[in-house]
Formats: sequence, C-alpha cells, structure tokens
Amino acid sequence: MKRFLLGCSLLLAMLAGVSVQAQPDTVPPAVETTLQKLTTASLRETGSLVEQLEHAGGPAMRPLFATMLAGDLHYHKTTGQLMAVSKNASGERLGRDVFTGADLGVQERRAIKKIRVNNRLRGQLRDAIGRIDLIHGSEAAKRAAVLATLDDLSTDNMRLLQSASQAGVSSAVADLIELAQAMVRLRDSSVSEERVAAIEAMSGRLEAPVRNQLRRLVESESEQDTAVKAAAHKALDKISGRIEFYGQMEQLFFGLSLGSVLLLAAIGLAITFGVMGVINMAHGEMIMLGAYTTYVIQQLMPESIGYSLVVAVPAAFVVSGSVGVLIERGVIRHLQGRPLETLLATFGISLILQQAVRSIFSPLNMQVVTPEWMSGSLAINPVFSVTYNRLYILLFALAVFVTLVTILKRSSLGLNVRAVSQNRDMAKAMGVRTEMVDAMTFGLGSGIAGVAGVALSQLTNVGPNLGQSYIIDSFMVVVFGGVGNLLGTLVGGFSLGVANKFLEPATGAVLANIIVLVCLILFIQKRPKGLFPQRGRAAE
Amino acid sequence: MSAANPVLEKIASVFTDLRQPGKGTSVLVGVLLVTTLAMSAANLLLPVDSPLYVSTYTITLMGKYLCFAMLAMAVDIIWGYCGILSLGHGAFFALGGYGMGMCLMRQIGDRGVYGNPELPDFMVFLNWQELPWYWFGMDQFWFAVLMALAVPGLLAFVFGWLAFRSRVTGVYLSIMTQALTYALMLAFFRNEMGFGGNNGLTDFKDILGFDLQADATRVALLLITTLLLVLVFLSSRAIVQSRLGRVIVAVRDAEARARFLGYRTERYKVWLFVYSALIAAVAGMLYVPQVGIINPGEFSPLNSIEVVVWVAVGGRGTLYGAIVGALLVNYAKTRFTAIMPDGWLFALGALFVIVTVYLPRGLAGLLQRFSSDTPAQSARQDAAVDSDTDGRVSGREVNA
Repeated sequence: MKRFLLGCSLLLAMLAGVSVQAQPDTVPPAVETTLQKLTTASLRETGSLVEQLEHAGGPAMRPLFATMLAGDLHYHKTTGQLMAVSKNASGERLGRDVFTGADLGVQERRAIKKIRVNNRLRGQLRDAIGRIDLIHGSEAAKRAAVLATLDDLSTDNMRLLQSASQAGVSSAVADLIELAQAMVRLRDSSVSEERVAAIEAMSGRLEAPVRNQLRRLVESESEQDTAVKAAAHKALDKISGRIEFYGQMEQLFFGLSLGSVLLLAAIGLAITFGVMGVINMAHGEMIMLGAYTTYVIQQLMPESIGYSLVVAVPAAFVVSGSVGVLIERGVIRHLQGRPLETLLATFGISLILQQAVRSIFSPLNMQVVTPEWMSGSLAINPVFSVTYNRLYILLFALAVFVTLVTILKRSSLGLNVRAVSQNRDMAKAMGVRTEMVDAMTFGLGSGIAGVAGVALSQLTNVGPNLGQSYIIDSFMVVVFGGVGNLLGTLVGGFSLGVANKFLEPATGAVLANIIVLVCLILFIQKRPKGLFPQRGRAAE
Repeated sequence: MSAANPVLEKIASVFTDLRQPGKGTSVLVGVLLVTTLAMSAANLLLPVDSPLYVSTYTITLMGKYLCFAMLAMAVDIIWGYCGILSLGHGAFFALGGYGMGMCLMRQIGDRGVYGNPELPDFMVFLNWQELPWYWFGMDQFWFAVLMALAVPGLLAFVFGWLAFRSRVTGVYLSIMTQALTYALMLAFFRNEMGFGGNNGLTDFKDILGFDLQADATRVALLLITTLLLVLVFLSSRAIVQSRLGRVIVAVRDAEARARFLGYRTERYKVWLFVYSALIAAVAGMLYVPQVGIINPGEFSPLNSIEVVVWVAVGGRGTLYGAIVGALLVNYAKTRFTAIMPDGWLFALGALFVIVTVYLPRGLAGLLQRFSSDTPAQSARQDAAVDSDTDGRVSGREVNA
C-alpha cells in the first residue's frame, strides 16, 4: 500500500515536471544565452547585457525589465532558472515565471539568489521600458511614456519621440509629442519669436513639467528676453486659471459624490416618510443591514469578489425589505395615524437591530472588500481625476432613483401606493387592499435602503453605528426637498452634498456639517414644506 | 387574579390619590423627602458595618436618578401637556451641565496636573496661552449659575420662537430638535470650541469650597436635588393647573381651534418651551457635580430619546408619571447593565415598542384603569385613547 502511494506521488511529480517543461517558450533562443549571463554578470556587465537584451528581445523583454526594476528578479542557484519572487502574506517566497507568470511554487530562501540592481541600472531599465512602451505599448502606455519623457528632454529621448511619431501614433499622443518638442524649442532656441511661439503652444497645458519649466523661466535672473518673459507670465496665468477651474470641478465632484450618498440614504425614506407618511427611525438600520449583507455575501463567495456586489444588491434588497415588511406588520400597522408614537417605536426597533448586529457579528467594524473594477481612478487630465468607486456610486444612485420613479409612476403597485397615500378610504372603497399596499410600500422603501447599504459599504466603515450617522441627514434631505416629492429628494440630496463640500475648505469638515444643519433648520422655519411643496388637496 | 386584585387596587388607590389636587402632591413630596432624608441619615449617622448603612455610591446614584427625574419632568411638561415632542432636551441638560462644569473647572485653580492657576488642564495641554472670552467670570459661582440658565434658556427661546412662529409642528419639530442636539454634539466634540473636546470637563475638586468626594457634600447635593425637584414639581403643577395650563392643554388637543378662539398659541408654546429648557438646565447643573464629569456624549440624540421613553413608561400628561418612569427605567438600567451589559439595548428597544403599542398612557394609565371608579368610565377612557387619531392623550381633565 505504502509503496503504491509512493509510486503514485512519484508519477505525479514527474507529470508535474513534464508539464512545466511543456510550457510554450516565449523567449527567443538568441536571447536565452544572454539571459543566462545575467546570473553571473557583475553590476557593470549587467548594464550592457540589458542593452543587448533590449536589442535582441524587443517588447518581449518588458516583463523582465519590470521585474528587475521592482527588485524581484531572482535565479535558482542550482538550475540557474530566472524567476520573479515575491513574499506572500505569511512570509513564504513564491516564485513565478518572469515571462509567462506561471506559478513556480514556494522557494527556499537559500536556494535562490537575487539579481542586484543599482540606481544607474534602474534609470537604464526605466528608459528601456519607456522605449518599449512608446513603440510597442498600448495607447495608455504610450501616453505614460511620453509624459515620462517630459521630465527628461534629453537628445536621445527626443530622437525616440521623433521615431515614434514617424511610426504613427494617435492624435492624443502626437499632441503630447508636439508639446515635448515645444518645450525643447523654448529651452534650446535663441530666436525670440520661435520661443514665444513655443510658449504659446505650451500655454494652458496642465502637465506638471510645463508648469515647472515656465515657472523657472519667469523666476530666472539670467533670462533677458522680456517678450519671452511676458509670454511665459501669460501662459502661467492661463495654466493656474485652468488648474483653479479643475480644482472647483473636483470640489463639485466630491459634492456630487456626497450628494449621491445622501440621495441613496434618503431615497428609501422619501418613500416611507414622504409617500406613506410613516416616520421610520430604523431606516438607518435598514442601510446597515444592507451593508452587512454585502459583508456576508463576500464571506460566502471569497473567490469571486468581483461579482459579490452584483449579488449583494438584490440580496440586500430582499433582506432589508423583508425586515421592513416585518416591522410594518408587527408594529407600525398598530400605530397608524400616530406619528410621534411611530417615531418612538421605530427608534426602539433601531436599538434592537443595532444590538442584534453587535451580538451576532461584533461591535467592531467589518472589512468589506472593494472589487478590482471599482478601485483606481479615471484621470481626465493631469490635475483632475475621479475615483471609480465614487463615480460608480454616483451613477448607481441615479439608476436607483430612476427605477424608483418608474415603479411609482408606471407600475400598478405605484398606482396603488399613490392612491392610498392620497385617500386611504376611497382607495379601500375602490377595492385596493390597503394593508397589503402599506406592507409592500414599506418593504420597498426599506429594500431601497438596503441597496443603499451595499453602495455605502464601499465608501465608509461597516459597523453597527453605520445607519445612525445617516438618519438625521436623510431626514434633513427629505424635509429640505419637500415631503412626498421624489424629485425634491434628488435636488435636496445633491445641493446639500455640494454645499457641504464647498464649505469644507474654508471651515473644516465638522464645522461645515454644523453650518449646513443650522442653515437647514433656518430654511425649514422659512419654508416648512421644503423646496418643492406638495400642492393640491393631498397637501394638508 | 382575584387574589392579586385587592393588592393592585390598594396600590392603585395611592395613585388615584396622587391625581387629586393637594393630597397627591403631599404623598409624592412626602415619599421623596422621607426617602432621601432617611438615606442621608443612614449614610452619615450609621456605622459602615451596620446592615442599614447606605453607601455613598447609592447616595450619588439616587442623586443622579433624581436629576434624571427632573429632566423627565421637563420633557413631560411640553410633550405630555403641550404635545411638543422634543428629541433634543438633552442639549439643554448638557448646556446646564457645561455651565456648572466650567465653574467647577475654574475652581480647581492650580491643583490641576499642570498646576496652571488660570487655565484648565486641557487648555494647557492644547498649548493655549489665555482663557477664551466665554470662560471669563465662570469662576464666580453665581455668574456660572446665571449663565448655565441663561444660555439654554436663550437657545430655547430663539429655537422655539423661530419654530413655533412658523408653525412647525409634530414630527418636523421633533426631527429639528434632534438635529439641534446633534449639531451641538458635533460642535462640542471639537477641541477648538474650548470645552475640552472629546474628554469634556472632569477632575473636579470641590464646589464652593466643599470637597466633592466627601460624604457630607454628596448627601448635601442629594438633599438639594430633592428639594429642587420638589420645588419644580410644585411650580409645574401650579402652572398646569392654572388657567395657563388649560390653554396649553387646549393647544395640545386642538391648536387650530385654540388659535381661532383668539389665543396666541405660539406664545404659550414658546414660554412653556423655555420653562422646560430651564428645568432641564437645572437638572444638568445638579447632575455634573454628582457624577463628576460632563462630556459631549450628553448631547447625543440617543440620550434625549431615552428621556422620552422614561416619560412614556411613567405616563405622559402626569407629572408624577415622569418622575416614577425616570426612577424605574434608570433603576432597571443600572441593574440590567450590571447583570448582562449586552441585553440593555434589547430591553430598552423592546420598552419603546411595548409602551407605544400597548401602553400609550404608560404605567399611570395602567393604574388608572384599575382604580377607575366605574368600569364604564374606564371603558370610555380606553375608547378615547384608541380613537384618538393624533396620538395625543385625550384627558378630559388636567392631571398632575
């Protein structure tokens, strides 16, 4: 038996060895010998080896250079095999094939040796990567490569840019190359007109090297040419004007992002409070339940975090929605027409839900993972970029809003909801099952809150107090926008968010929050029915 | 059931007495005074190992409860009698507390950790060079008390004037009061405000020269609290039983009608709101020297809402109900958090739900049902509660 097992494992090991060897060899044979030299070369020799590799291997060498640059390139002492080695969380050294990325398993610390790089070599590698990217890279890589050369306008680099633009590039990259040429003209030319023309080509560009060159020029004592100086002044003014503009845009985006969060938090409330007239102080806890649902879903499917949010949205809707229906059936139904009591009872429920979450999970914040496709940011220009998670949440909030409006305006549930909210007795007389409609409406509002929780879990800490921090703001948004008016909630949410973010630089976050709250209190004194008061018979 | 009935009726008859003018007051006042006096005597005169000895801890706890009872009465006066549900009364309580806290802070003098005779410890810690202007004069006890009353009173006046004049009522008003206390909480958490930020004011040494840790001071504070509670109870009772009180109840039950009859309802509401805020401030002032700390947590909306539950449990629209409710719920809280800390929020939440759904008139209402003279009247009373669409207690008489 034992022998049989041993035989099996040997067989497996052989198979594994065969499969490694059977991998397609992407490295050209001519390069192979140069590569092997890397393992024995001195630092100085490595430099010339890198040059040779770049010539012979071309774009295929990019992963090798990148690995070297990061300092991850190692070789196996006995086999001489090159590999990228990185430590994982538990401190084990994991080897990967440099070119294919194939897993080579855990490596013994003594069995491998690092290929050393120094600063001169790093610069050389960076340049090599830049050249490869510029000629062979994707559009984004080309742009990044040109942007990198702006910092270092050496003759070599300019020649490279020249050859790249002859090889044919997109207009955006060609534009950047022209900018680089203009910068060189400004630096090297001695003809005043040519330099002024170069400055004009540079004016309004937001790339940091342009700004630095112009600033140096303006501050420089040795510069005698007044026409050039004046042009540089003008160009700098234009640049700082544009930067300021994009700063405002960024502020606006942050405001809209905060507004989308407020909208998401308030929109469920706009249904339960605005349309049904029920004060639900446990609304924040519905949001919290949605966030915790996201957490649980991610625990259930750790392999596919990317899809977890897609699954979490309907799941959170169902969880929060059914809790909402339970609350409506169990408590709120008995308190119809007694708003102050409803407020107190639902507040009690919110305490129970908070404590339940605290007992089931923990009083600490939970770690909700942001999926790959939501991290990172979208750079619109060098000084203005928006993070994907905020952008997606903004779009998501709008989508939820549109869906909800459609449900209320177009579906039969929406028709019933509006009928019951306008005249309960008459709706009943017409055969609408008002109790059913109440439960469904409340479930819908709570479910939407749960969906909001999924989005919020990507922006804030998921803890038992998550909902509490949003409840007052949500009520303010609904009241500000006008009770019973979904559009008001939209406008209210976004204007409060933007106001908050524009106050923040001057006053600090907490004070901005307080000022907005106080202004709201004053506003409600002036217009108790909000921005968009309900008109007609249903109003009072 | 039959065996329990006579006992219940007996207890109930005490509460019936409470509702009758004169007699009830003396019962409540008597019970309060006798209890606290007995406790004080037991603490000061009996030896520590005596079975009847009351620990200083208990004395302080009792003092704390009585402060809460006063706060509950403040909420009851506007909610139970005028139908204004304030979810921000904790703000007035805390402002009063901060006034007293500032005074006590200044009286520490150079005995602080840093030994600065002028600046409180936290200001030295923050590298402040001089006292902010609003701290001046707070070392004078009379001035501090004046400010501790004036600031919450003024805030209540401005807020009430703005709100009631533009006829903000019901739930809107409740949420606005909550936003008010929330905003204040955020503000007081900031170190730059000069109120000790997150940690608040603490490490008090003495009050008017008496050591705060001494048993005699604690007992004296308890007795003062009791006396003031009785005083507030009597004055509130006088107010709600006066002509003014009748108008206030009319505002609660049918504000529009009262307005049409020519009463300037908003004025009545503003003044009642200010009166109630002042009571809350007094409660806060008494609270701080007894517990020895005041921090922004007192502003948290949860605290204010808890007060509402005390009143709801005791029975709103009855002044004694507020006192009984505050004492009962807080006693339960102390016991509960000692036995199973996690359970308290469950219990509090359940209390909210049960009281609002099943006991809209609180314990007082429950006992009144037993003690009603005739079953018919009791049935009518229930019907009145059930059919009341606005959720207000439709008492036909003014309870006190």
